Amino acid sequence: MATAPKSHTDSKPAEKEVLLRVEGVTKIYDGTVKAVDDVSLDVMKGEIFGLLGGSGCGKSTLLRMMAGFEKPTKGNIYLAGQDITNIPAYQRPINMMFQSYALFPHLTVWENIAFGLKRDHLPKEQIASRVEAMLKLAQLTKYAQRKPHQLSGGQQQRVALARSLAKSPQLLLLDEPLGALDKKLRETTQLELVNIIEEVGVTCVLVTHDQEEAMTMASRIAVMSEGYFQQIGAPDEIYETPNSRSVADFIGNVNMFEGVVIVDEPDHVIVKCDECTHYVGHGITGNLGMAVGVALRPEKIMLSKEKPKGEYNWCEGEVVEIVYFGDHTTYHLKTKTGKVIKAQEINNTRDLSCGLTWGDHAYMHWNDLAMIVLTH
Amino acid sequence: MNKLTRYFQGLFQGNKLVIGIPYGWFILLVAIPLLIVLKISLSEMEATSVSNMVSWTKGLPTLKLNFANYQFIFSDALYVKTYISSIKYALITTLICLAIGYPFAYFMARAPKHIQPTLLMLIMLPFWTSFLLRIYAWKTLLVSNGVINNVLLSMHIINEPLVMMNNSFSLVIGMVYSYLPFMILPLYANLSKLDIRYLEAAADLGASPFKAFWLITVPLSKAGIIAGSMLVFIPAVGEFVIPELLGGPDTLMIGRVLWDEFFSNNDWPMAASVAVVMIALILVPMAILNRAEASLEEAK
Repeated sequence: MATAPKSHTDSKPAEKEVLLRVEGVTKIYDGTVKAVDDVSLDVMKGEIFGLLGGSGCGKSTLLRMMAGFEKPTKGNIYLAGQDITNIPAYQRPINMMFQSYALFPHLTVWENIAFGLKRDHLPKEQIASRVEAMLKLAQLTKYAQRKPHQLSGGQQQRVALARSLAKSPQLLLLDEPLGALDKKLRETTQLELVNIIEEVGVTCVLVTHDQEEAMTMASRIAVMSEGYFQQIGAPDEIYETPNSRSVADFIGNVNMFEGVVIVDEPDHVIVKCDECTHYVGHGITGNLGMAVGVALRPEKIMLSKEKPKGEYNWCEGEVVEIVYFGDHTTYHLKTKTGKVIKAQEINNTRDLSCGLTWGDHAYMHWNDLAMIVLTH
Repeated sequence: MNKLTRYFQGLFQGNKLVIGIPYGWFILLVAIPLLIVLKISLSEMEATSVSNMVSWTKGLPTLKLNFANYQFIFSDALYVKTYISSIKYALITTLICLAIGYPFAYFMARAPKHIQPTLLMLIMLPFWTSFLLRIYAWKTLLVSNGVINNVLLSMHIINEPLVMMNNSFSLVIGMVYSYLPFMILPLYANLSKLDIRYLEAAADLGASPFKAFWLITVPLSKAGIIAGSMLVFIPAVGEFVIPELLGGPDTLMIGRVLWDEFFSNNDWPMAASVAVVMIALILVPMAILNRAEASLEEAK
């Protein structure tokens, strides 16, 4: 488990009530394929919970079980204390915003949003006023009489959101809500989406493979892999204190050093690696002589042409690649052992900041709280 | 000159040739024969050539058209009755085919992917036997000393043989049997493309499976319903063989009248008129449906 100090207290807000409880849920397809493997989870009222993982990690299957499209092979799902495991989708007070929206192509925007309300046999005036309110919320009033194919991607996305919010669900499920939009539109839509969700105050479970989407939208994230949760925590917790190599590797970029603990003190440890020696400014739960991984994010590495002082936390290499992103540049440096380390520099001036170019010899250094020691 | 040769060269370039073959076929074997039928229907006797139909008065050509046949068709109650009856039987056939074909196509489209080709094959299997033979086989099933009556009699379910032959019952059975595949195939093609997520979205919004079927599946398969209905209705209106073999004296169908006019009465202008009216009767609803389908496609 995490060997870094618990800098964050458990992010689960204790005073809040649990809205959705997933208890030991397993889903096996065709008798052999384990899509979801004994997963338990509490989603608090009012939070946006992110399920993050690569394709085939089981996140969509888990979401579909929450919606009621799939039945768990084992385990139970509770909504506000009530067991909903065997309640069919159309009777659950849960609505979903589908990946690529699944808007009914033969119905207008208005009819799409009214679809769920009509199923509740509400009086006509009530349906009309609710639909109007939803149209206004999603800024779609102008487009009420259009068919989905006459709308842009962003507008379709808002219709899908309005449709899933129309019935005031207790729980809103979002399946890759921004996946069908291009990058620029995604950034604005992301904020819009969060604003609307917060305005309505609905609890959300968000499924995504895009870590940026999960980080910016969710208040807590579960990183999923091969059907189980690798780590659950707030976005910064997952990023800064991943509990395993695979989480560290999945979320963002990371340089991984393999080494052995040579000094193990309560307030610091020293890990000897081939490339360099790490002085870690906090204690770990490992012991002397233990083989560990040291994860170091590229943005925490500083570059210079002069040799840093001291014997710890620096490393030298040759620039083999420069990747320019506009706001920052990533330098790939090859050490004597052949390992390539990535270092990220912010381009805070208009000329390339550290003046390094291909083939240059440079030193990388970092401070003693920049890295995470991982035993898994 | 150069332009012209280039034009002809262009004409034989691949794409034009490919488009040209079916169009040529259509003009030669559909459009021209239809015009000939129209011409015959407007002349007094079959031998009338086009030149005889044009008379010259004061240097201007005047078409001499004979509408007597059409007047006769619409004044004679028998023709009108036959048209109505043909459309009625075609409609009944279409509706029954739709009622049987839709659930059939629906479950076929929902069947596991690997058995769908087999199911499709089973639908087409009857085409391997002669159409005439299959219609004739119904006769042996339905006649008063046929298979069905014999079984029912021997089991003492009935005391007298049921009259199932040479009436509207046998006619409709024969037509539904023959035209059912033409309903199922376009419906299947349409329903198998239906995105299952629409049904999930409907369920998610609170629609029971039954509601979701009526509100989502049926409207989205409208194009398939229209295509299947046209494929059944149009040939059913002019059907000749099935009413001839399975129908009776009461089951008036325009196909049989046509046959009689052509081959018994040898009145080709009259027969041609009957055919032209039939085509018009079919074309009008078809044009309407086509337009509905086009607007539907546009909406997608």
